[in-house]
Amino acid sequence: MHLGVPAKCLVNKGDEVKVGQLLASADGFVSANIHSPFSGTVLKIDKALDASGYKRDAVFIGVKGDEWLSTIDTSTQLKKDCRLDPAEIIHRINEAGIVGLGGATFPSHVKLTIPRGKKAEYLLINGVECEPYLTSDHVLMLEKGEELVVGVSILMRALNVEQAVIGIENNKPDAIAHLREIVTGFPNISVQALQVKYPQGGEKQLIKAVLNREVPSGGLPVDVGAVVFNVGTAVAVYDAVQKNKPLIERVVTITGKSLTTPANYRVRFGTPVSALIEAAGGLPEDTGKVINGGPMMGKALADPGVPVVKGSSGILILPEPEAARRQTEPCIRCSRCVSVCPMGLEPYLLMVLGQKSLHERMENEKVMDCIECGSCSYTCPSSRPLLDYIRLGKAEVGKMIRSRKK
Amino acid sequence: MNKLITVSPSPHAHSGESVSKLMYGVVIALLPAMLVSFWFFGMGAIYVTLLSVASCVLFEFLIQKYILKKEPRISDGSAIVTGVLLAFNLPSSLPPFIIIVGALVAIGIGKLTFGGLGNNPFNPALVGRVFLLLSFPTRMTKFPKLEGFNTPVILSDSNISDATTGATPLGIIKEGLGSGETISSLMEKNHLGYADFFMGNTGGSLGEIAAFALILGLIFMLARKIITWHIPVSIIGTVIIFTGILFLADPNQYADPLFHILTGGLLLGAIFMATDYVTSPMTPVGQIIYGVGIALITVIIRVFGAYPEGISFAILIMNAFVPLINRYIKPKRFGEEVKNG
Amino acid sequence: MNETILFTILSLSGLGAGAAVILYIVAQKFKVIEDPRIDEVEEALPAANCGGCGFAGCRNFAEACVKAENFDGLYCPVGGNDVMASVARILGKEAVEQEPRVAVLRCNGSCEARPKTNIYDGATSCAVASALYGGDTGCQYGCLGFGDCVEVCTFDALSMDPFTGLPVVNDEKCTACGACVKACPKDLFELRKRAKKDRKIYVACRNEEKGGIAKKSCTVACIGCSKCFKVCPYEAIVMENNLAFIDSEKCRLCRKCVTECPTNSIIEIGFPPRKIQDKEETAVGPEGREEKDTNSTINTKEE
Repeated sequence: MHLGVPAKCLVNKGDEVKVGQLLASADGFVSANIHSPFSGTVLKIDKALDASGYKRDAVFIGVKGDEWLSTIDTSTQLKKDCRLDPAEIIHRINEAGIVGLGGATFPSHVKLTIPRGKKAEYLLINGVECEPYLTSDHVLMLEKGEELVVGVSILMRALNVEQAVIGIENNKPDAIAHLREIVTGFPNISVQALQVKYPQGGEKQLIKAVLNREVPSGGLPVDVGAVVFNVGTAVAVYDAVQKNKPLIERVVTITGKSLTTPANYRVRFGTPVSALIEAAGGLPEDTGKVINGGPMMGKALADPGVPVVKGSSGILILPEPEAARRQTEPCIRCSRCVSVCPMGLEPYLLMVLGQKSLHERMENEKVMDCIECGSCSYTCPSSRPLLDYIRLGKAEVGKMIRSRKK
Repeated sequence: MNKLITVSPSPHAHSGESVSKLMYGVVIALLPAMLVSFWFFGMGAIYVTLLSVASCVLFEFLIQKYILKKEPRISDGSAIVTGVLLAFNLPSSLPPFIIIVGALVAIGIGKLTFGGLGNNPFNPALVGRVFLLLSFPTRMTKFPKLEGFNTPVILSDSNISDATTGATPLGIIKEGLGSGETISSLMEKNHLGYADFFMGNTGGSLGEIAAFALILGLIFMLARKIITWHIPVSIIGTVIIFTGILFLADPNQYADPLFHILTGGLLLGAIFMATDYVTSPMTPVGQIIYGVGIALITVIIRVFGAYPEGISFAILIMNAFVPLINRYIKPKRFGEEVKNG
Repeated sequence: MNETILFTILSLSGLGAGAAVILYIVAQKFKVIEDPRIDEVEEALPAANCGGCGFAGCRNFAEACVKAENFDGLYCPVGGNDVMASVARILGKEAVEQEPRVAVLRCNGSCEARPKTNIYDGATSCAVASALYGGDTGCQYGCLGFGDCVEVCTFDALSMDPFTGLPVVNDEKCTACGACVKACPKDLFELRKRAKKDRKIYVACRNEEKGGIAKKSCTVACIGCSKCFKVCPYEAIVMENNLAFIDSEKCRLCRKCVTECPTNSIIEIGFPPRKIQDKEETAVGPEGREEKDTNSTINTKEE
């Protein structure tokens, strides 16, 4: 369900659970709690296919009614004030199992814990829709703008930073205007319009666009004094700190050219993707691909029955002709991949090295900097599977580096 | 659902660009210069171009199918581009067998022995051209006088004489300087004028005569983003600087920069030959180094060497350096230098 | 003219002599003294440079052999015992014998047995597909069929069977170098002891799913029913994670388990037809006949 160490299951078969009840607890620092999104009975704890394409441990709950834990404030009233100290805020965020909702699902409390000797100067809020087609962040900014800004102020308090910037691409003028109006009450929060450019939603790219600072290779954003959160995460932080509501739902875009009613839904985790597709008018006849995420970085699903998880920002249905890749041709060394790479890498070279498993050389060529944005494969006139092999090599090099540390 | 859905790693979208689209884009960019050559050289130009393209495509097909025993892939258009570029480097008065040999060397030796598209270290059309230049030096340096459609198609060996052929401006200058004359007097005596160079009304091989047509092609390719500005601009810029210094040193001995730019195959080389994807460096900085190298070698051959024209050799020499440039010139990695501000 | 020729001859000879002197000095100065036995050992090795020994190439292995006290952990699987004996002779050390081994594919999920559940459209590489998801069939443990193993085999011992979509091991060419074991992302290859006439019996499945689920995704999956485990007289079968495994060290190739398996997931290769065997041996289950048929078809395919 999230990046890092899998959580440890706390419930047993036959247990009654309520909405918001802790199902599994974080096991280690880089891990997050999982709460029940439904009320009902635990049917079994077994392996189930998830968006990763492999079977993972899962808790099956027979849904009965919608009974929430009494500690959760379910009112919709805005609670602006937050006087908690930073440690308490981080504790609550940790308890609520909040992870980065942009897609990478990195546990938020880890990001909020600034390493010793580093200082965060800026809090950046990522309102740049990561990918084309997806609109979940946009809708969230329009509908939950106030909660979002309160969430930002809470995060600022937790991080002890003076400045926060909400970065939004300028193809969403309504969201920019709406948030600019709200932040007038918050002197340290500003909204910055950014040019539309993929992959602007990448953490390092956003820092470069807003602050004109480059995160060093292998470094973290905090190395240049910045911490980045997605807008969805900021709203989740508001819910967790002010309303004591754990992370059990998120906004998911369901879209596709052939869908009858594409929309954004607030979806509880565990809902099957197929149910979402039904809600949007059913799976179209010409479906070629069902993607969990956007067209550039999303994961194609082998089975639409998999559940929505913390990282599902959207479901994209591609019609058949668009779904198939084209025939691979020989590399003509046109150097488009090199010029398009946002990280200044040489994808053509990395792909060849990946195919030949030359992992040491890949490491020297900075393969670990790759953000897997897919721009190289997108632009390649020979339709070469550049990212396929780079990703593979990156995983291998990652393993190599970890084993060296041990 | 009965129908199976497709699963593949991301990205799931593609720009729609393809090798054949790029290659046909280059062919379109070559059209203006081709039409100019038809205008000035008449049937001879049409025949050389058609024969060159046809034999390049045919050799590509035959060699891939029967010798390499793999799926022939002539539809990507790369053989057509090679054919047109080879024709552009030939005089319009070549007998058929020379053109066919040139195409065989270009495709067979220049391209397919290295593994075909994408693997050849040297520009195939230039390999063919230089092979012909060294094998048939007289034939390759005699150009018919421009008489439009009255230009004789094939000159037999007996009637190659100064009466029917015209030398290139660079050849005239080189020869004249050798016999101790000055540039300005040579220009005057042979009625050489910049307007003619620009419009193509001058001696030379098919594609190199008309500067304006080549520049039109460059603008098209830049607008369609088929190539970037780095290589052409660095070549032309360096030629201007280098020949400019020489010109200022002694205007009687060294031609001025504009003359060097407009004459010979410089524009053809800078715009179409040096920018060949396969044989040029991958990074912008590398491309500029490559362009500067080509320009320096070209001018050195032109001014100090035995040949009047040097860009073909210059490009081939720099082609050999491309792997080295790719090895050491890396793009600027993100986060390489930490800027704070 | 004569002077020119003389000058040319002299200058070129001088140049040659000068270069020779420089080369000689450099060669003397930078000479690396190597144990001459390394060359001898390398000579004795198969020179396949396959990396099956765990070293980068034959020379590295030869160096390690010369340096090592004894041959513990040093074995050339390609050369086998003969080569190791001659290496031992050169170095005057004790040779360590190892049973010859052969690679087997522990999956029999052919296109028929294991229907596709989606279409894979990425790079044609098992490693890439495996990094993406469980595979284009219902079984996430089985062969992906993109031939990474065929690619890495330096001995031409592996080939893809276009009908089953599975790689086939050529026993004669296989040297058990282990390259395929490392290449397979699903870890389907196992190096098993070579038996007489290349006979083998093994569980051609790695599906750890519970019986019903496994059977649903692949008709020849091991369902973990333990029948073979119970019937084995030599305790050669281990049950783990809903999966049976036959230990090739303990297995005596009695073929009892093969007939017992309800899903035909145990494969026997290189045996004479079962009919004769049936009469000689006792007690073959009533399904024996059917089993035999399927097995013999597998036999023909594999051979």
